[in-house]
Amino acid sequence: MNLSKPLIIKQGRVIDPANKLDAVKDIYIKDGVVAAIEDQINHADADVIDANDMIVMPGIIDLCARPREPGLEHKATIASETIAASKAGITTLCCPPDTDPVIDETAVVDLINQGVKDAAHSHIVCLGALTSQLKGEHLSEMAALKQAGCIGVSNASAPIANTLVLRRALEYASSHDLTVFIQPNDPHLTNDGCAHEGAVATRLGLPGIPDAAESTVIARDLELIAEIGARAHFGRLSSARSVQLIEQAQKQGLEVTADVAIHQLFLSEMDLSTYNSHCHVQPPFRELRDRDVLRRAVAAGTIQAICSDHQPHEDDAKLHPFPATEPGISGLETLLPLTLKLVSENILNWPQAVAALTCEPAAILGIDKGQLSVGACADLTIIDPAKDWTLEAETMHSKGKNTPFLGWHFESQVRSTIINGRLMK
Amino acid sequence: MVNKNARATNPLLGQDHWNIQLDENGRLKHFLTVEGLGSEILTEILDTAENFTSVNNRVVKKVPLLRGKTITNLFFEASTRTRTTFELAAKRLSADVLNINISTSATSKGESLLDTLYNLQAMQTDMFVIRHQDSGAAHFAARHVAPYISVLNAGDGRHAHPTQAMLDMLTIRQNKGHDFSGLRVAIVGDILHSRVARSQIHALNTLNTGVINVVAPRTLLPADIEKLGVKVHYNLQQGIQDADVVIMLRLQKERMQGAMLPSELEYYQQYGLTSDTLKLAKPDAIVMHPGPINRGVEIESSVADGSQSVILDQVSNGIAVRMAVMSMTLGTSAQQTGEEK
Repeated sequence: MNLSKPLIIKQGRVIDPANKLDAVKDIYIKDGVVAAIEDQINHADADVIDANDMIVMPGIIDLCARPREPGLEHKATIASETIAASKAGITTLCCPPDTDPVIDETAVVDLINQGVKDAAHSHIVCLGALTSQLKGEHLSEMAALKQAGCIGVSNASAPIANTLVLRRALEYASSHDLTVFIQPNDPHLTNDGCAHEGAVATRLGLPGIPDAAESTVIARDLELIAEIGARAHFGRLSSARSVQLIEQAQKQGLEVTADVAIHQLFLSEMDLSTYNSHCHVQPPFRELRDRDVLRRAVAAGTIQAICSDHQPHEDDAKLHPFPATEPGISGLETLLPLTLKLVSENILNWPQAVAALTCEPAAILGIDKGQLSVGACADLTIIDPAKDWTLEAETMHSKGKNTPFLGWHFESQVRSTIINGRLMK
Repeated sequence: MVNKNARATNPLLGQDHWNIQLDENGRLKHFLTVEGLGSEILTEILDTAENFTSVNNRVVKKVPLLRGKTITNLFFEASTRTRTTFELAAKRLSADVLNINISTSATSKGESLLDTLYNLQAMQTDMFVIRHQDSGAAHFAARHVAPYISVLNAGDGRHAHPTQAMLDMLTIRQNKGHDFSGLRVAIVGDILHSRVARSQIHALNTLNTGVINVVAPRTLLPADIEKLGVKVHYNLQQGIQDADVVIMLRLQKERMQGAMLPSELEYYQQYGLTSDTLKLAKPDAIVMHPGPINRGVEIESSVADGSQSVILDQVSNGIAVRMAVMSMTLGTSAQQTGEEK
């Protein structure tokens, strides 16, 4: 139901990669859906948004964001983080199942959906747990989770040590046409590590995480996927070696997609050299070479989507010596600005950048969003591509101010976000 | 009114990693790591320490340099040698000393490092001497304490133990002279977990040492260690060939459980310093060890107690070096601003 007045977004440069559209258009939005896209639309009863010199794109779909609710409400809430999302042009968040309680029962899905209904300012979709309590021992009730609304299954960053359990989980998920979302991490190789194993970690005395902590899991999982033909998505890649493995699998015709967290496309191990705890992330920032390979993989389409890997923290979580801090970046508000920096650096063109944030993640999630076809849900983001601004903790909307990008300058800014045909305040 | 104990909400994190150690006049303000300090400052530390060794040999072992100053030894890890030599150094400079030992298990339940620091800062401490299990803890402290406080790193995780490295340099200098350029130094043992080795490597390189070899199996070597300016040897015999200085590191027994080594016996056979293997080094080579020693694990008793061993000289030099660093850091900028607080 949407009772808001019809809207016309006039004369914006509409970039809709799913429909191969990149042209100045008017968009007519009525009853929460895109009713028409034409060169000129005029309706007396509609509110008009002048989008001259603006970019109009489908609303951003963030493949991995943790609103921290339920379980860690002292860090953030669905209300606070969906406001931050909508201010940042993000209209749909995908929440991994490692909440507290874990999303391994339909009751938890219902609980989140109720929270979303009461408080959310953007759409939230959930992944269900692949195994009960994410312990990697028993399969979760995936079919029931799907019925309750989960759009995929995942063990989040918790490992599945038992390869037989993993194989059966992949088989069972594919029986129910569920994509398995994998964040590759071998807990034994990661051990107590908090930085990329290499020269910088050695110099700083930080316990290292080798590339192989990620790539051995990808290699193992790909073998199983190849054998049983399941559909899988690898999230938050950090190394050149991982990209190579995914690329080979795609060439062999496996149904495998991948994403990268936006911060991995900008920072490297070098940024840890001041023990900046805001650069403590999991997987860790690796070498400049890895960063460049990841960037090229997005441009080449080996990595389809860019996500925020949003992990808001209270200040105290980062006010310890580096190894004792909690990993993660509050990333919603830099997802779009940083992605557009890749456009100004000529790493991506506009349609590539927009696709990596909209239709590609929608396709990975299997949801009918991320494009502006007539009849599609009217989730849109309008960007001013020539508005300078600086990221400051005081003006962030997320409850978590933990980001290494404070003080960074950006050249484009979200002007408005439209969700379900409604202009967000 | 400005509350000087107020907590910074958004601490400045962009400061240069090592320059945080220097005040605006380029003088030593904190001593967190050897890395990034020039040979002038290292030589000044060594020269000052040399002067203090005469104080330590007097009947009355006290000078009034830091009278009225309060130095807090904050140890989150067990330590005997380091803590007591820091304490003695402070007392011989006439400072008041507060010793606080916090076992790891207690802190995991209790207050954060930051809260501990702020509480002690509120008691008008002028200097923190910190040992902590996390790499970067001393930098963290230096970044958050009030500007008039100096921080000395007494060992942080695997990162740095700069006063240990400087007392080792003093010991080498006393035995081998001021010019390090012709020296071959071998560091043998658990380099991976060793903050001592990392600080020694930086100090030796800054003082222009000819050859620095590190010797260990690959399980005890950190990734890309050669980028710190050392040559890597997996074989002890090759690593200590013609060495002027052999530094043995302690092997912690926990390393067997982590599948890093098969057994103590095999380690001793491959990497233990015996009187036979020591013959491969130069005849006048000195043998060093930061302590505590595991006799029969990394070093033969007769070598540890032998004529080439300078292990106890290292301990005595520890007091002088710590006096030097304390007087240099507290004696300069802190003294000027000390009136204002």
